Amino acid sequence: MSTARLWRENPSRYNLAASKCGVCGKVFFPPRNVCSTCHRKSIGKMQQLLLSGEGEVYSYSVVHEAPSQFELLKPYVLAMARMDEGVMLTSQLIDVDPKKVEIGMRVKTTLRKVGEDGPAGVIYYGYKFKPIT
Amino acid sequence: MQVGIVSYGAYVPHYRITPQEIGRVWGSDGELMSKNLLIFSKSVPSPDEDVITISVEAARAMMKRTKVDPKLIGALYVGSESHPYAVKPSGTIVAEAILTSPNITVADYEFACKAGTAAIQTCMGLVGSGMVKYGVAIGADTSQGAPGDPLEYSASAGGAAYLIGSEDLIATLNHTFSYTTDTPDFWRREGQPYPSHGGRFTGEPAYFKHIQAAGKGLMNLANTKPTDYTHAVFHQPNGKFPARVAKQLGFTDKQIEVGLLTPQIGNTYSGAVPLGLAAILDVAQPGERIFVVAYGSGAGADGFDITMTDNIANFNRGAAPTVKEILQNRTMIDYATYAKFRGKIRMQEGEVS
Amino acid sequence: MREVAIIGVGDTKFGELWDMGFRDIGIAAGLAAVQDANLAAEEIDALYVGNMSAGRFIEQEHVAALIADYSGLARDNIPATRIEAAGASGGLALRQGYLAVASGMHDLVVVGGAEKMTDVGDAMAAEIQSSSMDQQWEVTFGATFPALHAMIARRHMHEFGTTREQLASVAVLNHLHGSMNPKAQFQRAIDLKTVLNAPPVAEPLGMFDCAPSSDGAAAVVLCAMEKARKHTDKPIKILASTQASDTLALHARSDITSFKATQVAARRAFKLAGLEPKDIQVAEVHDNFTISEILAIEDLGFFPKGQGGRAVVDGQVSIGAKVAVNTSGGLKARGDPIGATGVAQVVEIVSQLRGTAGKRQVAGARYGLAQNVGGTGATAVVTILGAT
Repeated sequence: MSTARLWRENPSRYNLAASKCGVCGKVFFPPRNVCSTCHRKSIGKMQQLLLSGEGEVYSYSVVHEAPSQFELLKPYVLAMARMDEGVMLTSQLIDVDPKKVEIGMRVKTTLRKVGEDGPAGVIYYGYKFKPIT
Repeated sequence: MQVGIVSYGAYVPHYRITPQEIGRVWGSDGELMSKNLLIFSKSVPSPDEDVITISVEAARAMMKRTKVDPKLIGALYVGSESHPYAVKPSGTIVAEAILTSPNITVADYEFACKAGTAAIQTCMGLVGSGMVKYGVAIGADTSQGAPGDPLEYSASAGGAAYLIGSEDLIATLNHTFSYTTDTPDFWRREGQPYPSHGGRFTGEPAYFKHIQAAGKGLMNLANTKPTDYTHAVFHQPNGKFPARVAKQLGFTDKQIEVGLLTPQIGNTYSGAVPLGLAAILDVAQPGERIFVVAYGSGAGADGFDITMTDNIANFNRGAAPTVKEILQNRTMIDYATYAKFRGKIRMQEGEVS
Repeated sequence: MREVAIIGVGDTKFGELWDMGFRDIGIAAGLAAVQDANLAAEEIDALYVGNMSAGRFIEQEHVAALIADYSGLARDNIPATRIEAAGASGGLALRQGYLAVASGMHDLVVVGGAEKMTDVGDAMAAEIQSSSMDQQWEVTFGATFPALHAMIARRHMHEFGTTREQLASVAVLNHLHGSMNPKAQFQRAIDLKTVLNAPPVAEPLGMFDCAPSSDGAAAVVLCAMEKARKHTDKPIKILASTQASDTLALHARSDITSFKATQVAARRAFKLAGLEPKDIQVAEVHDNFTISEILAIEDLGFFPKGQGGRAVVDGQVSIGAKVAVNTSGGLKARGDPIGATGVAQVVEIVSQLRGTAGKRQVAGARYGLAQNVGGTGATAVVTILGAT
């Protein structure tokens, strides 16, 4: 059971580690080594940053048919949220009445379990969205 | 050097279930249980929460309220009896989630409900000896009671985190005193899903004996008496024991009022005293003295004599929710949902097909 | 680059084919195509196979070699290549076959697409399909394939006022077409109410907004145009075969109400073919979800952005309208064996352009288009065909 695939991205899943192009300022999440706009010019110029975790809902869906690791949580709200830094993330939107979710709602991230490799396997943690009250 | 609390943070999951609802399913008088335990509801963690996520919430709240650079934290301990792993520490995930540097010592603690306060004591020693600049001590639990057992009415989830240091203290940890014996009042064997307890044995020879001994020992060490304290918080497995032990030690109902959270959220085990203390710190004024005695089955009690400093007046408490604000967020659930959330329903085993 | 024609087509029925394994369906479609082109095995220069995930569906990789072997083509040790781009695997395989013939490297190739999805359970099939999304940053966080499309639909509704009824109309129309297609997985027409009242999958999409899991295979024979008439008097010319990519994760797009990959591939295809959208009489588009068809008919240029839903409701993509869309029943009703779909779309267009589409025939079809998509639009392939 390989745990490395998700382990090596802990900084992004726990703390929203992102990168910013030193040439054009575009923010990338997960972090990248090359800017998709500036290409070669950005090599060696990508800066590290942590996203604030605050943003707004861009789109959402209430998911009724869910993969096994989310069986206990369904139906859950899946959302794409545009962070204040410009970059967009996808995750569950929790602690909210699904009927009250709206495009444009302000949200912030919080750490929750996102899965596990079975009852004897490693537990994975990552960000989910919560409404900002 | 003077050692004390630099910052603190709290977290309680928002789902709640009532004793009446639990009693309904097991054919017991839930109303009577509620009255006997003085518990009106208990907190239930969401399936995507555990001691690690609760500890991270509390620790992040703690960090939001202070300007201390997390890279200066030299030690971090998470005390719980429901760590997600039997082997692999909760503390390492919490440490990374609050951006400490890798130059840190981490370990998990277990001592029933006083694992969090044991962590505070350890941090006091490390800071006071100059070995570390700041230490983080967390008490958190998502404790379980066996279905239908009296413990099921009270075992709940929550936690609080403390940043221990020697500068810019909001409260000084003047003294600590512990009383520990081998007393098998409550236990859980490796691999067992639910704890067992000695029934009435958990009262007099366990809870009361140890808290009284630690409480008296603390006042002896600190040269204080109950009237010196504005607030007191004792371990609170139900809403009644703390009032009784308070009275036995000479404290009043008024003194324990702010820190008594069990009636609303149940017994958060390792989180209980840390959360009760957090509720007190939310309102305490400069100069006020606080008396704390935690208890953990097995058994032991840790006592703390605390004085609020003037710094509490400028403390950025508003950067994170107070215990009162956290407790306002409540969603009632029924027993079926509770059983589903708490993994009490036997699910399909084996791989996805 | 020389012109390429399709000289033979074949496909299996799509559906839950319990008695046929992966080898059986691959061979059945290939043989049908080769017979349709009246060919002998020795004439085939190469084999291209579109397949998304045999490794996980049937624990078998190296499927091009498998098909070459079992089809009887391997005795000539022909080059056999498997191509993968999630749902666009079939279309991509076709493009690779096209490039091989157009370049002059080969004269005659067989392109097939096949997928055997029902040897695993529903939960596993969904998990395998989800590998077309971003595993680390979408799937890990609870994204499902329907859920991402549902978010596209929600945004499309938010920006353009598209309604659930318009989405549902796509399913109704495609099932109507499917009822006229003996090879379709679903051959019963359904009504709007059935679609609207279906159990929700990921709101606003319900069960009838989503294409099924299917087994099936389809194949075409490509030949250099200059040699095509040796084999058939109705070769269908590939006027353009284009492809474009976009970000893997849906959230990395600047706009989720369009598939830019479709738009780019389509623009290039029309330019190469010397045609415009209004010249197309029949089109097969990638309706794995009802919203996907609405996006497709907008992105391909048949209707202005935001007007796709209304176009469907107004009957503007039905048989007899200016462009008939998904006469086969689409992915929704004909079925969606992932790697086969892109090739099956072309089989339908060829039938239409040959005039052999029976009850579904679009009168006077001269030019046809197939649009095949991978993931949530990270790959798009557009093929334009013309009758000769």
